[in-house]
Amino acid sequence: MNNSATLIVIEDEAQIRRFLRTMLTSEDYQVIEAETGKQGLLEAATRKPDLIILDLGLPDMDGVEVVKGIRAWSSVPVIILSARSQESDKISALDAGADDYLVKPFGAGELLARIRVALRHVSFTTNGEEGIFSVDELKVDMIHRKVTVSGTEVHLTPIEYRLLTVLIKNAGKVLTHRLLLTEVWGPNYVERAHYLRIYMGTLRHKLEKDPARPRFLLTEVGVGYRLAVI
Amino acid sequence: MNDTNQRPDPDALLEKVQRAEAIRRRGRLKIFFGASAGVGKTFGMLLAAHERRAEGLDVVAGYVETHKRVETEQLLQGLEALPLRMVLYRDTQLREFDLDAAIRRHPALILVDELAHTNAPGSRHPKRWQDVEELLDAGIDVYSTINVQHIESLNDVVSQITGIPVWETVPDAVLESANEIELIDLPPDELLQRLKEGKVYLPQQAERAAQNFFRKGNLIALRELALRRTADRVDAQMRDYREDHAIQDVWQVKERMLVCIGPGGMAAENLVRASFRLAQLLKAEWIVVYVETAKLQRLSKEQRDAILRTLKLAEELGAETVTLGGHRLAEEVISYARTRNATRIVLGKPSLSGWKRWLLGSLVDTIVRQANDIDIHVVGKEPNFLSLTRENPYFSRSRLYLGLASEEQRPMFKWRSGYMWAIAASASCTTIAWLMLGHFDLANLIMIYLLGVVVVAARYGRGPSVLSSFLSVVLFDFFFVPPRFSFAVSDSQYLITFAVMLLVALFISSMTASTLHQARIAGHRERRIASLYAMSRELTATRGEENIVSIAIKHVAEVFEAQVVVLLPNETGRIVYPKGDGTAQSSHGSDLSVAQWVYDHGQMAGQGTDTLPGNEMVYLPLKASSGMIGVLALLPLNPARIALPEQQRLLETFVSQIAQALERVKLALVAHNVQLKMETEQLRNTLLSAISHDLRTPLAAIVGSSSSLMRDGDRLDSHARQELSQAIYEEATRMAGLANNLLDMARLEAGAVVLNRQWQPLEEVVGGALAGLTARMANHPVSVKLPHDLPLIEIDSMLIERVFANLLENAVKYTPSGTPIQISAASVENELVVTVSDKGAGIPAGEEKLIFEKFHRVDTEGNKGGAGLGLTICRSIVEAHGGRIWADNLSSGGAAFHFALPLSEPPLIEQEEATQS
Repeated sequence: MNNSATLIVIEDEAQIRRFLRTMLTSEDYQVIEAETGKQGLLEAATRKPDLIILDLGLPDMDGVEVVKGIRAWSSVPVIILSARSQESDKISALDAGADDYLVKPFGAGELLARIRVALRHVSFTTNGEEGIFSVDELKVDMIHRKVTVSGTEVHLTPIEYRLLTVLIKNAGKVLTHRLLLTEVWGPNYVERAHYLRIYMGTLRHKLEKDPARPRFLLTEVGVGYRLAVI
Repeated sequence: MNDTNQRPDPDALLEKVQRAEAIRRRGRLKIFFGASAGVGKTFGMLLAAHERRAEGLDVVAGYVETHKRVETEQLLQGLEALPLRMVLYRDTQLREFDLDAAIRRHPALILVDELAHTNAPGSRHPKRWQDVEELLDAGIDVYSTINVQHIESLNDVVSQITGIPVWETVPDAVLESANEIELIDLPPDELLQRLKEGKVYLPQQAERAAQNFFRKGNLIALRELALRRTADRVDAQMRDYREDHAIQDVWQVKERMLVCIGPGGMAAENLVRASFRLAQLLKAEWIVVYVETAKLQRLSKEQRDAILRTLKLAEELGAETVTLGGHRLAEEVISYARTRNATRIVLGKPSLSGWKRWLLGSLVDTIVRQANDIDIHVVGKEPNFLSLTRENPYFSRSRLYLGLASEEQRPMFKWRSGYMWAIAASASCTTIAWLMLGHFDLANLIMIYLLGVVVVAARYGRGPSVLSSFLSVVLFDFFFVPPRFSFAVSDSQYLITFAVMLLVALFISSMTASTLHQARIAGHRERRIASLYAMSRELTATRGEENIVSIAIKHVAEVFEAQVVVLLPNETGRIVYPKGDGTAQSSHGSDLSVAQWVYDHGQMAGQGTDTLPGNEMVYLPLKASSGMIGVLALLPLNPARIALPEQQRLLETFVSQIAQALERVKLALVAHNVQLKMETEQLRNTLLSAISHDLRTPLAAIVGSSSSLMRDGDRLDSHARQELSQAIYEEATRMAGLANNLLDMARLEAGAVVLNRQWQPLEEVVGGALAGLTARMANHPVSVKLPHDLPLIEIDSMLIERVFANLLENAVKYTPSGTPIQISAASVENELVVTVSDKGAGIPAGEEKLIFEKFHRVDTEGNKGGAGLGLTICRSIVEAHGGRIWADNLSSGGAAFHFALPLSEPPLIEQEEATQS
């Protein structure tokens, strides 16, 4: 596979950097390493990366601040690496605009899959002229507002549909509860996560074969949701 | 045989070692000892100090009285002098030795002149020798001076020689404990010469001193005393030396002397002094005993004070003092002498003589008769001209010495009224008998008189009833025995009647009085015991330091009519005021520094004691077997009452009961902590063994696999490489899981987890858990059966997901590959009950509850992985949600884990109006 995409890895742990470099270069990615948040921001501004892998536990600055710094001028995908003890930081970083996250320890396959999704997500949003989103049996015609599962049309309420379109626009990306609530119901509803859960539940029952084990509408426990793209 | 005989007595050796140890800790005391003022003690002390200083020792002059003598003042030059403490007392600036400054300065050697000096009121100790004791305790060497007349045991002798009473005395024990005594000797002629030259006192003082004290005769006698005293000491040292070196062939049984004192004032004091000298001669231990009978309890305050003084004097002279209770003096004394193995009993010479002694008996006689195996010493009275110079209004009663007196020790008016009533009673009996005359026999009239005697004996005791007995006989004779109205007797038979009547009357009066007397003693005892019992009963029924303290305060305050406060130390051993107002009825007024002193030294202080007697409160150490517990301070409404021996004994018993109760609490706490520590220790061990096993196994696999990949990577075929990589991956994942569980456990245990409760559909949580376990659940088909109408529950989804993850992992771990796992839920009443069941072997019988315990694993031998934390974490999480978790076996086979979460009313949802078509 010839990716030739440029990735910046912002991580202070030398062992993790070594593992990421070995793995990513073997996948033909261009890897630029940064040890600190400041260095990372500098590299991000000068190297025009296709994707940034950011560790949340940096010695010099808050990972969330790094995400905000990047998002100030760029929409480059950001994948966060976090430890279990950094859950609230993780959500803040996602709220601030990070695309995805991985909890340490993670496998190479997982990371590569996320990178591919993030890179494709970029291509989807930029090349989505057709206005049709489809994964397996799920097909959504954004222009005609038509949702089908295995060719059978599914009726959705306006809110359910709006929820689905927000997910589609960010397909593959982790969307926090806050972000979804703001986008679908408006900023006054950010504290009413149960709205989101109930509608997600009904949406699953309409779209999924086994709602308890969803194929498309994936739950990121404690964080939010993600629409599967592969 | 010979060897054993020559071996020194082990007890004596031990005593010697202990003595040596105590000496090593304490500072050394050297006393410059002289026959009188002016012999050059201070001068000698300063010379010695200069020598020590020349040897490089850190010498400080703490207090040196130069009496403005030029030679002495010159010697003071070049010595560091400690600043004196200025005390204002009745408009006079007194210069006092500054004990605290001395202890702060902590020199190697300090000079403190005039050991017998009495400190200014308000000082820590009343006497300077007590200051010196504290310096020695602090490990500071002390040089001091003393004159022979200031030695307690010689005090009376010196007073007799010189005719001048000396008030400032130092207990002999202080002198005995001195490491060195240097006699400063000056022949009387030279001393008088020095006095004339004005070298001893300044001229105007000299004249007065010479007239009174510095008479040649006096000086010779004093010199002899000083020399003899020093010789005694040298002799004692010699004997010590001989004992140390096992020179003596036969080890004598140690002498132990029991000295009985009575409420005799000066006589008792003399007896004590004489006994001291005797004890010294015999090298005997001596015990001074005061037997307190009920009668003696009714002595006047002044007499009781005199007894206390005598006991204190005995203590200062090195005796052990004991107050015994009881009503038969002789028996008490003898039985106590037997229990203490006393070899001698010392008694004062009875003051009664002749018929009284014969009639009433004397203590000496009784003891001599009953104690055949004990030597009895009877000490004669010394001429008491001194008592005239000392203020002693009770001297007149000093003959009531040793309980020999038979008179009631009552205040005068009562005493007199008793006899008045005796007379009145006899008169009334005569009246009644007169009325009966003619109707009854004379013999019956006698009965009336005897009745009168009984009444008087019952109401007024022995004395009046004896009077009444005699009066009865006289009146009976005068009014009724023919010839009437005359003392003459016509029929000589009546003489026998009189004699018998008198004897019967006396006997009745004696019996009645002694019965009453015993009843009173019993009453006293009963009250004491009852109050003590009341407290100890409450104390044993109480837990908690605060409760014990408040009970203690209540009872002590009640029994001793005092304000009481219990002061306890904090963690650093500093005495602090009680926390809160609940327990402190009155902590104000109690002086923490005094309490601290009491706590540190384990001795009483405050009013009526040797230490800080100026303080109005009494501070008692709460001493228990394990050491000091605290201090009980009390402010008595009637200070004299506390000073009474039997009250003191009672107070001591109270205090020791309180100390024991507090100690019990302390020990219980210690035991509890120990148990806690043991449990923690056990937990730690389990944890360590679990973790070391669960970490080492995967680590071994990882290290082995990865190292072989590194070494032989090229030579291995792709399948083998895959195998090894797989092993590394799986083992590392397992370790990650373990780390997660431990982290969860630690956070849950520490209570650091704040539930992030949100309204959730259960389905989503189950989905999240299943998604995370996809790889591990590959070989176990999972069916999820959730009703559509399952209500929302308010939970922390992250944590409940951990519950599902752990239950599912458990199911995977303990069931064979391919068997199904089922997740189901139902709302039952107010709970949502979730069940995760499998088709495995089920839970071993009896383990249903144990499996939720920390580090418990069903299969401890096999390697199923995990530290046995999963279910414990589940339980913690479920319980944090207010739910419960349990496990059982299904009748159809397999285990089922259930957890129930409380349901509540979910929030309302705005309904959408229209649906999209």
